[in-house]
Amino acid sequence: MPELLKRICMVSVCLLILLVFAGLLGISLGSSQRMQSVLQYFFTGKEENAMLADILWRIRLPRVLLAALAGAVLSLGGLVFQALLRNPLAEPYILGISGGSAIGAIIAILMGLARFPGVCLCAFAGSLCILLLVLLMSSGKSGLKKDSLLLSGVMINAFCSSVITFLLSVSQDTRIHNILFWLMGDLSLPDMKQTGILALMVLPCFIVIFALSHRMNILLLGKEMAQTLGMNTRAVMLILLVCTSLMVSATVSYCGLLGFVGLVMPHLLRLLLGPDHRVLVPACILGGGAYMIFCDILARILPEQGEMPTGVITALIGAPLFIFLLRRSKK
Amino acid sequence: MSPVNPLHPVITAENLVCELDGKKILDGLSFSVCQGDFFILIGPNGSGKTTLMRVLSGILKAEGDLRIQNRSRKDFSCGELARKIAFVPQQISDDFPFTVRETVLMGRSPRMGMLGIESSRDKKTAEQVMEFTSVLHLADRHLNRLSGGELQRVFIARALCQEPEILLLDEPTAFLDLAHQIQIMDLLEKLKKEKDLTVVMVSHDINLAAMYGNCLMMMKQGRIVCMGAPGEVLVFSALEKTYGCTLLVDQNPLGDFPRIVPVPGRFIKKNMR
Repeated sequence: MPELLKRICMVSVCLLILLVFAGLLGISLGSSQRMQSVLQYFFTGKEENAMLADILWRIRLPRVLLAALAGAVLSLGGLVFQALLRNPLAEPYILGISGGSAIGAIIAILMGLARFPGVCLCAFAGSLCILLLVLLMSSGKSGLKKDSLLLSGVMINAFCSSVITFLLSVSQDTRIHNILFWLMGDLSLPDMKQTGILALMVLPCFIVIFALSHRMNILLLGKEMAQTLGMNTRAVMLILLVCTSLMVSATVSYCGLLGFVGLVMPHLLRLLLGPDHRVLVPACILGGGAYMIFCDILARILPEQGEMPTGVITALIGAPLFIFLLRRSKK
Repeated sequence: MSPVNPLHPVITAENLVCELDGKKILDGLSFSVCQGDFFILIGPNGSGKTTLMRVLSGILKAEGDLRIQNRSRKDFSCGELARKIAFVPQQISDDFPFTVRETVLMGRSPRMGMLGIESSRDKKTAEQVMEFTSVLHLADRHLNRLSGGELQRVFIARALCQEPEILLLDEPTAFLDLAHQIQIMDLLEKLKKEKDLTVVMVSHDINLAAMYGNCLMMMKQGRIVCMGAPGEVLVFSALEKTYGCTLLVDQNPLGDFPRIVPVPGRFIKKNMR
């Protein structure tokens, strides 16, 4: 077996173990039950407490799965954007792609559409609009440089959040509290069926992106160089961008805005595993999932009462890292 | 203006026109490059040399008839073209996170499957071309740890890894000191002789062009001024008209080709754009 395949398998198995461990931890930790009784339940398999089993399988398991999917999607989204824009700070949230999805999603929610397919489609449309805007600004004749791409992202993000606030204040909907909580990145909504729908939407995107991972390596040489190596760069970039916005917008319509995830995991994994995207794509999917489960666990057990939105934790960890990376890239 | 070797043209261009932003950069070029030529494009800045290289390498599209090995350029898929023609661009960035070996191996991608999993043959080819361009000892170094000359040789190795029949280079000796310039040019000549490659390059150094090229093409404002052996092209009248300054042209003591020395203080303004 070629070395590369061995390496991909090794990395994937290690991270899969981490993911499963995080998942088990995520299922057993929570506000309502003691760890001890959960462990007892796991080891003996006795259903002493019917409510416990219900909580574990009906509430915590879908939540853990949703967290894993969201983490995987956002990490992978960050990885793709960093490769395509050749900018280490690119990420769906920072570029405003998540914000665009959120606008689309809120419009759909206020119109009373179902989460699938209505909200998802609107979120997808929103993210495509923002993506187009970002690309127009960064690739046009003016050719915005690294910093201006980020600045335009910040502006788009600010614009998106004011549009969101505007929509919410105009609507006077009774569900506003829920929407606000969702906006801040909330993983508490779903049941098993919804998680399944999300998985069906994002898994094909994972496969397509992995298939194009070697092309992402070559794209780092520059678009023209990639072209002289026989790559149809326009098609490859288009497929990658559409796949990424599709999975990011689907995730946003289920979990709201989880910021900076796409920054933490790709950089951490790149430091550990090197720059080869053929290794990084599976690593980001599995590692990003594990990271998000850990963030979600923190969000559940840190507050004494109730819980906080998971997006708070991801931003608390991610924003300082962003500043650190920005400082380093200036040098 | 007949080519040196009319038997096996590998590139034939007929009335090539390329417009960028409504401006004609290439204005009706017709020429042919033959199998085994060391073909060098010269001309002042802005004469369209780089644009022509980008058209030949498939980055830009141009109107007119461009044939590669007697087949129209339009009939080539991206992958097919990449197996025939390799391109070393002018500005090579070292802002690339991979090692020398990984970079060179990327040259194999037109011959690899989807995931670019390298076979033992790919690895062997990479080793061979790194040996040939004497960068094998740098194989596991990162690109940003290389000097300008080493970086240039790595990118030539990457191009050779494509196993092309035609090698295009845009000013491979710019930014290099004299010793490294000669090293690169000797390497290209060796390639031409030992691997039977056709080399097409842009050079600002007319003397290097005269020493190594067997066919020179002088361009100005998107048009061909003249084309042929160094002795035919590098004559006083054509050079003065093209470059807009007075040049001293004499025989190079190293061999049967001209030597060109610019004369200070004889800049002719009216000929410059």
